[in-house]
Amino acid sequence: MGRIVLNKVRKSFGEVEVIPPLDLEIEDGEFVVFVGPSGCGKSTLLRLIAGLEDVSSGAIEIDGVNATSKRPSERGLAMVFQSYALYPHMSVKKNIAFPMKMAGMPVAEQEERIAAAAKALNLTDYLHRKPGQLSGGQRQRVAIGRAIVREPQAFLFDEPLSNLDAALRVNMRLEISELHQTLKTTMVYVTHDQVEAMTMADKIVVLRAGHIEQVGSPLELYRNPRNKFVAGFIGSPKMNFIEGERAASRGAHTIGIRPEHIDLSVDPVEGAIVGKIGVSEHLGSDTFAHVHCEGIGLMNVRVSGEADIHAGDTVYLQPQEHNLHRFGEDGLAITL
Amino acid sequence: MATKHSRAAARLMISPAVLLLLGWMIVPLAMTLYFSFLRYNLLMPGMEEWTGLTNYEFFVTDPAFFTALLNTLLLVGGVLLITVIGGTLLALLLDQPMFGQGIVRILVIAPFFVMPTVSALVWKNMFLNPVNGLFAHIAGFMGLPAYDFLGQAPLASIIGIVAWQWLPFATLILLTAFQSLDQEQLEAAEMDGASALSRFWYIMLPHLARAITVVILIQTIFLLSIFAEILVTTNGGPGVASTNLTYLIYVQSLLQFDVGGGSAGGVIAIILANIVAIFLMRMIGKNLEA
Ligand SMILES: Nc1ncnc2c1ncn2[C@@H]1O[C@H](COP(=O)(O)OP(=O)(O)O)[C@@H](O)[C@H]1O
Ligand SMILES: [Mg+2]
Repeated sequence: MGRIVLNKVRKSFGEVEVIPPLDLEIEDGEFVVFVGPSGCGKSTLLRLIAGLEDVSSGAIEIDGVNATSKRPSERGLAMVFQSYALYPHMSVKKNIAFPMKMAGMPVAEQEERIAAAAKALNLTDYLHRKPGQLSGGQRQRVAIGRAIVREPQAFLFDEPLSNLDAALRVNMRLEISELHQTLKTTMVYVTHDQVEAMTMADKIVVLRAGHIEQVGSPLELYRNPRNKFVAGFIGSPKMNFIEGERAASRGAHTIGIRPEHIDLSVDPVEGAIVGKIGVSEHLGSDTFAHVHCEGIGLMNVRVSGEADIHAGDTVYLQPQEHNLHRFGEDGLAITL
Repeated sequence: MATKHSRAAARLMISPAVLLLLGWMIVPLAMTLYFSFLRYNLLMPGMEEWTGLTNYEFFVTDPAFFTALLNTLLLVGGVLLITVIGGTLLALLLDQPMFGQGIVRILVIAPFFVMPTVSALVWKNMFLNPVNGLFAHIAGFMGLPAYDFLGQAPLASIIGIVAWQWLPFATLILLTAFQSLDQEQLEAAEMDGASALSRFWYIMLPHLARAITVVILIQTIFLLSIFAEILVTTNGGPGVASTNLTYLIYVQSLLQFDVGGGSAGGVIAIILANIVAIFLMRMIGKNLEA
């Protein structure tokens, strides 16, 4: 089925090497998320898999067959674009029917699949509208509908939620996850938003400048980031990094501690980091305190929503020793 | 223009321009209408008198009238056909990344900057001439007899010349339309299994519909009144084989000094233009709606 293997895939645009040789295996039925900062080559990698860009060298295998030189339509993949890329002059129905029409499928079967997709995606009442008459979320659903009627080997999503507002994004995130559970088809999903990655993925691939920094399940990456980049990228708010004496005393160049792994106390504690609260964000369930610490700088701390802390308070921070991450000078994690 | 208020304000603001344009149009139109009902020949000054519809009767019963009418429609239709199809294909070609793109684009636009009289002269003497023309030389080179384009196929030759002039215009408008096409739509179609031809037919062509409409409407306005090319090349002949309405009016009014008859022809041309316009708007006007 939808097993995708990248073998030493390299891509350069002219002189610029965007993707250095890269190996990756995507198992059948997996929900894989490519995550990384903007411009790191996520879209390029996805387009290489889709066949919209030619690889400069290396091979792509889909479902056990070498697909490197196959045309996009022959790879059995469906893609949902960031701009949705709906056909503006066609009705929703014709948009969804287009891939089937191109495949020469009998009209009766087309109708059947359209009806099923429309029902699954809540589009039944909108089938005769043009994309211009739909809201962002509905357009997104049409794009997904157009992808699922083809019953592809795998779905490719390129930042599909980035044009939606926050509330809708949470909804669509859920819908896509549910879709994956029902269809059990391989999905490759690109995003720069680590929250999307953490919430949706079976497997996260963290990319930086075309390199794979780490591959693993969300909790693996959260618990055991392989280097400082992954540690800082996964988790929200970001991990705090402390250098110098404190790190050296634990045999590391840098130590990292997540905001949720710091105990905060208003009473003096021996050996604790002393700091003054700057901004504190009260979310209700949690409070995020930005603490200015002498000799360290800004530390993010998560405390309970009921915590009675205010700007200007002096507080004492104690990182939980067993949740500390140690990094060497090269940025790699030191495992004990 | 969302609110009633802003609509009213908008009407007020554009009214001076509309009134000016209206006056600009109404005065000559009224004078033409008035002259068309007079017996008014410059060879007989001072003898103008009201003749009712005689001028119209005279113009319409002229044996050249129906030929001219047909020629006008053929000229407009032929040039539109060539420029829209040729322009689309040329624009498609120019939209591809290639070496020396900037220069090629300028070269393609060049014919549009040549005056109609000049281009007609160049075509007549340097290309179509059965003795000295380039085509005659090519035919001679291949051992074929030279073809007298302007004598044997005058209307087709003029259609060719005019199409050559207007092709750049169509190409340019359609090229900008191609460039505004979202590349992701094409890629989506490619993933959906559409062949290059299907992508052109289902994605590009519908996207071009509005631009093609604009090209057709603008060109029709100008093509209905083609004159210089005919005057320079064939003088409407042989016989009336390449006479269109504009040229017939010229023959009637200027060559025969008949202002009344010419005005009647002018009014008929206006009516014809409006019929064509209504027809076009019915057919393709809906493409212009947002
Ligand atoms: N067609 C192209 N030509 C040249 N450079 C490109 C092209 N497409 C992408 N790039 C470059 O490749 C890098 C990665 O781009 P992209 O894959 O779009 O990043 P991401 O999707 O992770 O934000 C960027 O630096 C971008 O400038
Ligand atoms: Mg991208």
